[in-house]
Amino acid sequence: MPSPAVKPQRQAPKAPTERTLSFVDAVREAAELEMARDPNVLVFGLDVDDPKAIQGTTRGLVEKFGPERCFGTPLSEDAMTGAAIGMALAGLRPVHVHIRMDFLLLAMNQLLNVAAKSRYMYGGRVNVPLVVRAMIGKSWGQGAQHSQGLHGMFMHVPGIKVVAPATPYDAKGCLAAAIRDDNPVLYVEHRLLHFTKGPVPEAAYTVEPGKARITRRGADVTLVGISSMQVECLRAAAYLEAIGIDAEVIDPIWLSPLDMDTICESVERTGRLIVVDTAWTNCGAAAEITAQVAERLQGIRDLRLKRMGFAPTTCPTAPNLEDLFYPNARTVAAAARDLVEERACGWLPAERADLKSIEFKGPF
Amino acid sequence: MNARLYRSLYRIRRVEEEVARAYPTDAIKSPVHLSIGQEAVSVGVCEALRPTDIVFGTYRSHAMYLAKGGDLNAMVAEMYGKATGCARGKGGSMHLIDTDAGVMGTSAVVGTTIANAAGYAYALKTRRSDAVVVCFFGDGASEEGVFAETLNFASLKSLPVLFVCENNGYAIHTSQAKRQGRPDIAARAEAYGIPADRLDGSDVTGLLERTRTVLSGMRTLGGPHFFEVKTYRWREHVGPGRDFALGFRAESEAEPWVKNDPIPRLAALLPAAERAAIVQEVEAEVAAAFAFAEASPFPDPAELMIDIYQEAGNALACR
Ligand SMILES: Cc1ncc(C[n+]2csc(CCOP(=O)(O)OP(=O)(O)O)c2C)c(N)n1
Repeated sequence: MPSPAVKPQRQAPKAPTERTLSFVDAVREAAELEMARDPNVLVFGLDVDDPKAIQGTTRGLVEKFGPERCFGTPLSEDAMTGAAIGMALAGLRPVHVHIRMDFLLLAMNQLLNVAAKSRYMYGGRVNVPLVVRAMIGKSWGQGAQHSQGLHGMFMHVPGIKVVAPATPYDAKGCLAAAIRDDNPVLYVEHRLLHFTKGPVPEAAYTVEPGKARITRRGADVTLVGISSMQVECLRAAAYLEAIGIDAEVIDPIWLSPLDMDTICESVERTGRLIVVDTAWTNCGAAAEITAQVAERLQGIRDLRLKRMGFAPTTCPTAPNLEDLFYPNARTVAAAARDLVEERACGWLPAERADLKSIEFKGPF
Repeated sequence: MNARLYRSLYRIRRVEEEVARAYPTDAIKSPVHLSIGQEAVSVGVCEALRPTDIVFGTYRSHAMYLAKGGDLNAMVAEMYGKATGCARGKGGSMHLIDTDAGVMGTSAVVGTTIANAAGYAYALKTRRSDAVVVCFFGDGASEEGVFAETLNFASLKSLPVLFVCENNGYAIHTSQAKRQGRPDIAARAEAYGIPADRLDGSDVTGLLERTRTVLSGMRTLGGPHFFEVKTYRWREHVGPGRDFALGFRAESEAEPWVKNDPIPRLAALLPAAERAAIVQEVEAEVAAAFAFAEASPFPDPAELMIDIYQEAGNALACR
């Protein structure tokens, strides 16, 4: 199936005649199309078949494909991940869903010791085509144990791929690509992105691993925004435009394998990089991207680099503290201006109504 | 049947004795966990299996691998880290695989394959296959959370898995009594609604017969089953030697097991000529396997970066 998104220098898909779909429906549609295309695909996880159907991302799958191919599991993240691996070894293509990424910590042994290792340690005799969907929570007091972005821990380990789509278009294309991939893939979903809408073609397509997308062209500073921080970076670019700074924004989409070529080519032009992650910065995706840029461009280009992400603390629940915990469009814009002007400008743009973050109302 | 069982047991014993003999030369640079003394569990169960049935094991799985029909040359070469090994020299003794023989993997992390076996059984069930999955693990593994989680899932979905707990009484140097509030492991399976047997690991024919009966039920009616098999490890936990001198167990404890060793008992039941022929064949096969391993090349340096991902050449891993 040819994908519109695998061409070099991926452009944001814009086709005015196309449907608009929510991120949730894009995920659901990808699962439905892949399950229809390949009888080996199955979807399971805690509560995937309950009335709320994981915010709607699994709605209708059990009715359409039956309870053998879509089922809710016992509360057993460890064993169910191990079972998913066993299914994959037998030729099925399981999609295991976790409503919070924090719960992956109970499945770490199977994911990193077994799924990521099996092909290599068995000398290429087996594949583990497993997709793990994991959601990052944010706001409305998600707190310490419902808000973590742990994708960096998975980027650290060879043998498992990591993808963090930021648009409905990529949500659908990346899930299809992940399901068709013969390797284990961690598919990171940000809970706030679930509410976003965007153009999504009706037919099946894939957004293949290892290719980033330049989502806004600019000359002064490169902003790499991961997952929900992609949205904040695009908003930051709008704040910066108002003061005459022209930001380039890149969505890496796939974190492992990472498209460092696209990022380095951009930083070589702008000389300035901010990587904004929905995770802690130390030892994370932002640290990795920044380090690789520094390694590649040192001696070639004078560089100014910065990482942004969660404050180096535990996520609090009080709304005022929670706001301070996360980067946002305005703090990103402020940091970018400092980088460009090479001084502490002490500037924070006044919040614009058209650039406000998504309003999220609880309970979950 | 006695001849078959004898042959299989004797072959495994001799392979592992050869491993122990070769080990001090340092040609085998891989931690080896010998099953000497425990072979009858693998042989009794695997003799009842079909080639299309699947087994999963642990780091102590030389016996299981061979009893299920895994390739001997490839196993020994794997221990030697050679390119001709079953995992192309990249897994070692603890990561044995032979997909053609239905050996789907063994793990160095205690308990992990228990869940993998259940998942494989789920796949077989969705395909309406009458094949079954057997999962071998130790008494220590029954203390891991994944054991309890998997028993529940296998029971819930009525999966065709035979759980075989090889209870040798120790996890490394620590006795079961120091680790478990209730020693009856089979009872834990029963608590999840899984029928269980408590079996004697030196009675190879009894194990074979019981496995046959249980499997014929599983193939037609489905559903998991559990064996707790009492057995005894004669050698140290890891490595070729003995460990009685450490003082954590008395040598006298091993005596009844050595006395009941099914290998000489079966040998005594065979006509001398038949027994001699088996011995001769096995000795030649074992010697050839070690010679094959010695003569095989080490993996090409390029292998370091191959098979991290499925993609040919692993361009992705090198980025
Ligand atoms: C998860 C995990 N914890 C600890 C270890 C270290 N370890 C290796 S073997 C072993 C003992 C396991 O005993 P048992 O399951 O009874 O198997 P046996 O060695 O007796 O065959 C331990 C604790 C490990 N490999 N994996």
